[in-house]
Parts: sequence; structure tokens; C-alpha cells
Amino acid sequence: MAILPELTVLTGAAVFFVLSLFKRLEATQVKNTAVGFGVLALVAAVISLTIEASLFFDSYRVDFFSQLFKLMIAFGLAVAVIFGRELKDIDEAVRPEYYLFLLLSGLGLMMLVSSVELITIFVALELSSFALYLLVPMRSDAKGMRLQMEAGIKYILFGVMATGFMLFGMSYIFGLTGTTYLQDIVTGLQQAPQPAALFAVLMVMAGFFFKLAVFPMHFWVPDIYQGAANETAGFIATVPKLGAVALLIRITTLNPGGDMTIVYLLMFLALCSMFYGNLSALVQTDVKRMLGFSGISHAGFILLGLLTLDPGGYAIAIYYIAGYVVMNLACFLVLCAVSREGENLAIEDLKGLHKRQPALAFILAVGLFALAGIPPFVGFMGKFMLLTGALSAGGESTIYLLVVILAAINTAIALYYYLSVVRVAYTTDPEDRPEVVVDGLSKAVGVMLVVLIIIMGTMPTRIIALADSAVRVIM
Amino acid sequence: MDNLIINEGFPLLSFLIFLPLAGALVMLVFPGESFARYWTLAVTSLVAICSLPLVSGFDPTTAKYQFSEFHLWIPRFHINYVLGMDGISVLLVMLTTLIMPFCVLASWKYIQKRVAPFMVCMLIMETSMLGVFVALDFVLFYIFWEFMLIPMYLLIAIWGGPRKVYASIKFFLYTLAGSILLLVAIIALYLKNGSFFIPDMMWQQYSFTFQVLVFLSFFLAFAIKVPMFPFHTWLPAAHVEAPTAGSVILASILLKMGTYGFLRFCLPITPDATFALAPYVLWLSIAGIIYGGFTALAQNDMKKLIAYSSVGHMGFVTLGIFILNIQGVEGAIMQMINHGVTTGALFLCVGMIYERTHSRELSVAAGVGKYMPWYVTYLAFFSLSSFAFPGTNSFIGEFLVLAGTFKENVWLALAAIPGAVLAAAYMLRLLQRVVWGGTNNPDQSYLKDLNLREIVTLAPFLLFVFWIGLGPQPFIDLMHTSVVSLLDQLHNWQQQGLALR
Repeated sequence: MAILPELTVLTGAAVFFVLSLFKRLEATQVKNTAVGFGVLALVAAVISLTIEASLFFDSYRVDFFSQLFKLMIAFGLAVAVIFGRELKDIDEAVRPEYYLFLLLSGLGLMMLVSSVELITIFVALELSSFALYLLVPMRSDAKGMRLQMEAGIKYILFGVMATGFMLFGMSYIFGLTGTTYLQDIVTGLQQAPQPAALFAVLMVMAGFFFKLAVFPMHFWVPDIYQGAANETAGFIATVPKLGAVALLIRITTLNPGGDMTIVYLLMFLALCSMFYGNLSALVQTDVKRMLGFSGISHAGFILLGLLTLDPGGYAIAIYYIAGYVVMNLACFLVLCAVSREGENLAIEDLKGLHKRQPALAFILAVGLFALAGIPPFVGFMGKFMLLTGALSAGGESTIYLLVVILAAINTAIALYYYLSVVRVAYTTDPEDRPEVVVDGLSKAVGVMLVVLIIIMGTMPTRIIALADSAVRVIM
Repeated sequence: MDNLIINEGFPLLSFLIFLPLAGALVMLVFPGESFARYWTLAVTSLVAICSLPLVSGFDPTTAKYQFSEFHLWIPRFHINYVLGMDGISVLLVMLTTLIMPFCVLASWKYIQKRVAPFMVCMLIMETSMLGVFVALDFVLFYIFWEFMLIPMYLLIAIWGGPRKVYASIKFFLYTLAGSILLLVAIIALYLKNGSFFIPDMMWQQYSFTFQVLVFLSFFLAFAIKVPMFPFHTWLPAAHVEAPTAGSVILASILLKMGTYGFLRFCLPITPDATFALAPYVLWLSIAGIIYGGFTALAQNDMKKLIAYSSVGHMGFVTLGIFILNIQGVEGAIMQMINHGVTTGALFLCVGMIYERTHSRELSVAAGVGKYMPWYVTYLAFFSLSSFAFPGTNSFIGEFLVLAGTFKENVWLALAAIPGAVLAAAYMLRLLQRVVWGGTNNPDQSYLKDLNLREIVTLAPFLLFVFWIGLGPQPFIDLMHTSVVSLLDQLHNWQQQGLALR
């Protein structure tokens, strides 16, 4: 029972494996099965929220930390499946396979957040990554489009390289401490010689920087977002980042010997991510590319939570990534609905959205304003807390102050490109663009996301308390 | 905590803040056009009526925060939901609640497309503006302060004039960029005090460097909002492109938030930095007064003219605040109210002529006096008020400010005088053109005079022009204790500082 969410998703994957063997399938059946399993996984995650267990020779721990992340992963998976269930740009013939790999990727992430041993971490991470590598090129090439192939190749090459860094780091850790269990590594690394220990930890982090899209492991993001189908991009942009944050928190707690080097390095990466992401996003015309670059800058913000090296900071990072997932899902929901045949959307294609589908325009505006960090949405509260946490961690240090000021300035830069999209959606006429049809379920999910964005932004106490208790479990 | 007078009974301030928001939510469900108009008028009028007890129940003998509410909100960061109102904010709250119904009336015919979303934006504006004036927790304040940008942006960007895209984005970016350092300063203050409760942050022993840094980040945010020269460039663009109601809200209430911020935050939180930097602010104010006057003189677009005149008038307000004596500060607060009344009314007047001629050019509106007697009567009174003619409201404000300035620094006062003269010049030029024009006026015979709705819309503004102009004492009484207490503390602080040295 301890691994109920994992089992549910695994069952789903198995069912789709069987379905993929049949030649003729009703598209609606596949669709409904997928939505069903998405919801089931969410229910299973809720049920097993408070379960605690230790499995597989203590390499797999089920505790509140992992279960909270599993809940968020299941939520993201369910929402992504629901709003992306039309799979407009995926061949009908491969849809069962698509869901098979999507669920396997979700399974890998759920396993990842429970793993407390290096080999287990590696296996779980690869399970989720390889499934994603396959999802990207699954986009239909009926219209002669080869973009997805390029994206797929890029994704796998960069991904394998990042994994290589991580394995390299893991080998160092094993060499220094003689164990692969995280809890023993913490003590082992205290006596390990510097800078070898630091180097090892950073290399392991690099693998997760890749997932989270932190500078300098960010370069895959825009091309993969653009090449993948909208639904796939919506998943890649949100759910895997939850796993990355969970593991980054686990690894940051390994920080050997209270060394400040890692803090300064995280600061540097955070600022580079923010500036690189925001400045590049300013000139994008493709909505998905823009969201990709904005994701890079948000990854920088999350590092602000990690570099406090303090449980409170980690809890805020969890709160922020949860908020980020919700905001981003809201934006991708609109994207998937507006795109008629699954084609990529330029910002111009959103023209007159307020007339073509007012509800979607509203959801998009809330999502983007939230990403921009305007109160009272969750993006503001998250940024505010991250800045407060970082500044208080620094005490009187001017470096921390400088980092916080630069981060705040980034908020202002970012506003421009979010605002431009809202402007196009709200102030222009549709010209000859057709109306957007959206089904009731997607609309309801969109409204729910909006409500979540506002509630998380105005009443964060409860959620922060949850994240706090989750972090306390692993410290 | 001991400077709050907790309101144990009905939470009136919360009610006033969130009533418009609730009204806006209702309109999301019933988006009918005429329903939206009547509903919004009803909601804003209800807020105006319900805000009257704030004045009748206000105790002008204490400088404490009245009608206060205190609830824990985010205990982890010591953020609380604290509201309260003192003599400095009471008039601004009343200005906001009373002006909103007339903004709705002014948009009755002007807004023809997407009526319900427009009214939603108006109601959300009211919520956030009231929130800014009564929030006593810095995070709460900042949330209202920033959130306001969204509806105001939409008001300009959707219902604005031809260059609305440029104007709205400039407005949003300019004001947001100004307030990000405010956020950092707020966090820094929190880390010193361990709480976001604003009164706790006042009169604390911060180091001088810290105070200067905090003052500068406050100053940037508030000076952009006011706007002070040279941070004013967003204002003419936003004013010109905004719909009439947007211009009125912008001029009457939004600009006051900057000067309110100076009074509420800069003076008591960073007193040493205030003393050190006040001379620079004063000369910037003078520059604004003169610059605004000369630029207004050269405008042919009526809205632009009034927008630049706002830069000049707000220069008088900052002059009064940073001269740091009782006449100055009371004059400044009076001038904030007066500017809200007069300039709001002038924007309404311009809007009315725009609805008829579809142009804001002075040359197009020349010589309408013959055909619109009601209109030019109103316009004449408001113009007189705008350049502080004795007997009108602005005279009281400007006189007090100048009197305060003469007491402290004669040169400064003499430098401000040309501003007053310039105001007369540009307002009379506007009036002359609109009422009589020249020998080659366009044919204005198709113009209809004001209808009853418009007469009713402008009448209360005129009432306040003369009420404040002829009997300002009740208004000054409301703020007097708070202002005196603020300045007493400020001067005690200065003397203590001198004694220590």
C-alpha cells in the first residue's frame, strides 16, 4: 500500500501497453482511459499522503516529503492529461504509446522523489527521462515538419550528457564515502577532502540543473519546447521540474561542511539564469519559446530558496515550484486549446482572444500576471518569500543584498514580455481568426487553476506549513 | 499595537474595501451591459454612503489609527491583516469613495464596447485604492499598491485612445520598475524590526546609510507615482490615452498615493534621511512646478495641458510636504484633495467635449461658449480653481504651502511664485479658447449643451470647490492632530539627534 500512487501509474502504463497492441481503437476510449488514470493517480496520491515506509533495503523511502511531491506530480500529470487529451498533433495510431510513455515518465518522477540512494536515484531519473526523450519526436510529421526530430535528438544528446556529469559526480561521492546511501553520505562527506567533495556534489547537481533548466544547463529548453507538441511541452515544462527541485533539496542538504562556495555558486547560477532567461524571452515571437525562457528565469528564482541552506528556504522553494507548476499549467492549457490543429502558436495567434473565447483570455491573463509576480497571485507571494528568505539568510552581507536587488530588477524586466502577450490577447481584434472552441472540462480545470493561483497567493500559510513539515522529515 | 484604536464592532474598513470586489465578482456572472452600468453605480454609491460614518465617527483629537482591524495572516513572516485610518488618510479615503460614483456616471455613454469588463476594472480599482490608503501592514500595502496596476493597465490598454498600447505599457513598466526597490526596502525594514507592521517601523534607530538607502528606494517608487519631475514622462501619455474615467481616477487618486507614501513612510521611517535629502526634493519640486507650467502653456491637446498642469500642482504638494512645517504639510494635504477635485472635474469637462467633437484639440473645441453655456460655466469655475483663484479650494492649499515655505526659505518660495503665475496663464488661455475662440472658429452649432446626467456629475465637484474654498476649517480639523503629532515627533527626533551629537 505504501507505493499506491506508483502502482496506479504503473497499472495505467501497463494498460496502455496492452492497448498499444490492438490495431483499431476508438480515440475517445484511449482518451478517457488516460484521463481516468490521471484522476486515479491523483486520488491514490491523496490517499497515501501520510503513509510512511522504507522499502528495498532502505533505498526507497516513503515519507511526507516524497508523498507531498508525489501529490504535486500526480496533480500536474492529471491536469496535463486532461487539458491535453485531444492530442491534436499526435498520430492516432501512436496515442496509446504516447500515454504509455507519459505515465512511465510520471512513474519515474514519483520514484525519483522517494529515492534516497544514488543508484535508485539514477534508475528513477533515467526512467522518467527516457520516456520523455521518446515523447518529443512523437509529434505527427504529416505536414512535413521535421522540427520534432531535431528536438528529440537534441533532447537525448543533451540529456545523456547531463546524466554523464551526474554519474561522474556520483562516482566521486562513492569513492569519497564508500556508500551510496544519502544519509551516510552526509556524514561521510564531512570528513572528505575539499574540493573533491564539493566538486562531486556540484556534478550531481548538474544533472538536476538540466531538468530544472538552470543556466548553464538550460540550452535545450527553447528548441525542445518548440519542437515538442503543445501537450508534451506542457508536461515537460511543469512536472519534471518538481522532481528536480525535490532532488536538489536532498542534495543541497549534503552540502559538505558548511562551505560558502556552493552558496556563491548557486547565487551566480541563479542570477545568470534570471538574466539569461528574461532577456532572451523579451525577443521571442513563439509563445512556447517565450514560456521556455521564462522557465529558465523561474529556475533561477528557485535557486534563491536553496542557497539559504535553511529548512525555511527549502520549504519556500517547494511552495514556489508548486505555484510555478499551477501557473504554467494554466498558460499551457490555454495554448493547447487555442491551437486548432496542434500547431505552434506565435504570440500574434492570440490576437483577439478576449472575443474568441473570453474565459481562456482570462485564464491566460491570470497565469501570465502570476508568472510576472503581480500580487495577489501565487507568483508574487513566492517571489516575495524567496527574496525575504535570501535577504535574511545573508544577515548584513552586501552580496546577498545585491543578489536580491538584481533578482527584483529581473521581475521588472520579465513583466514586459508577459504583458505583451496579455496585451495581444486583450486589446487587439481577432481580424479573421476563428472562434476558439473549448470543452467544459478543460474550462473547469482552467478555472480551478485560476482559483488555486489566487488562493495559494492570498492564503499561503497552510501550504507553507505543509512544505515545512515535509522538509523537516528529511533534515 | 498601542497606536491602534481597534474597531470591535462592524469591520467597516474591510467592508468598504471588499464590497467593490464582491460587486465585480457578481458582474462576472451577469455580464449584461445596462445591468453593469446600474449595478456599478449602485455599488460605488453604496460604498460612498457607507463611508460617511468614517467622517462622522472620526475622532479628530487623537493621532492614533482609528477604525482599526487586526488579524493574523501569515504568521511565519509576521505579516498581519492590519487596517487603520488617521487624519492623513481619512480625507483621501473619502475622496476615493466619493469620486467613484461620478467616474461611473462619466463613463455612462463614453464606454460603448465591453461595458461589463470596464466596470469590473473600475470596481477592482476602487478596492485596491482604498486598500492602499488604509493598509497598515507593509505587505498588505504592497499587494494593493501593485495589484492596482492590472486594472489601470487594462483601462488604458482596452478603452484608451489611438496610442493606448504605448501609453499603457509605459505606465505599467514605469510604475512597476519604480516599486521593485520598494519591495527590497520593505524586506530590509522587516529584517531590522521583525514585523511588517508599519507603525512599528517608524521612529526606530536605523543607521544613517540604511535610512538613506531606504529613503531613496521609497523615493523612487513614490516620485514616479506622484509624478515628480523628472519621473513624470509616463503621465502625459497615460492621461491622454486613458478614457475619461481612467484619467479622473489617475489624476484624482492614483497620483495622491505617491505623496501619501511620502507622508506615511518617508517622514516617520527615515527621519534623518528626510532632513538630509529634503533640500534636493524641494528643488525638484520647484523644477516640477516651473516645468509643468511652461509645458502646459505650449499644449494644444486639452488633456495634455491638464496633465502637465498636474505635474505643476503635485510639485506644490511635494514642496509642502518636504518643507516640514505645519502650514506646509497641511497645505500639501489640502492640495492633494483640491487637485483631486479640480483636476478630476477638468478631465470630466474635457471628456464631455470629447464625446461631442471626438477631438481634444483646443482648436476644434474653440468657441463653444455660445452653444454650451452650462458647460463653459462649469469650465470657468474649475479653471479658476485650478490656478488657485481666491475663494476656490486650491487657493487655500497653495496659500498654506507658500506660507509654510516663506517661513523656512524665502528663495524657495520666490522660486515657486512663477509657477502660480504660469498656472493662471495656461488655464486662462484654455478658457479663452474654449469659451470665445478667435475669428475663425469651427462651426459649433451642432453641439448640444450638457444633459442632466452631466450636470449632476459635475455639480458635487463645484460644491467642494467652494466649500473648501470658503470654509476649509472642518477639513483642516480632521487632519490637524495627526499632522501636528507627525511633525512634533519629527522635530523632537531632530533635536535628540543634535543633542547626541
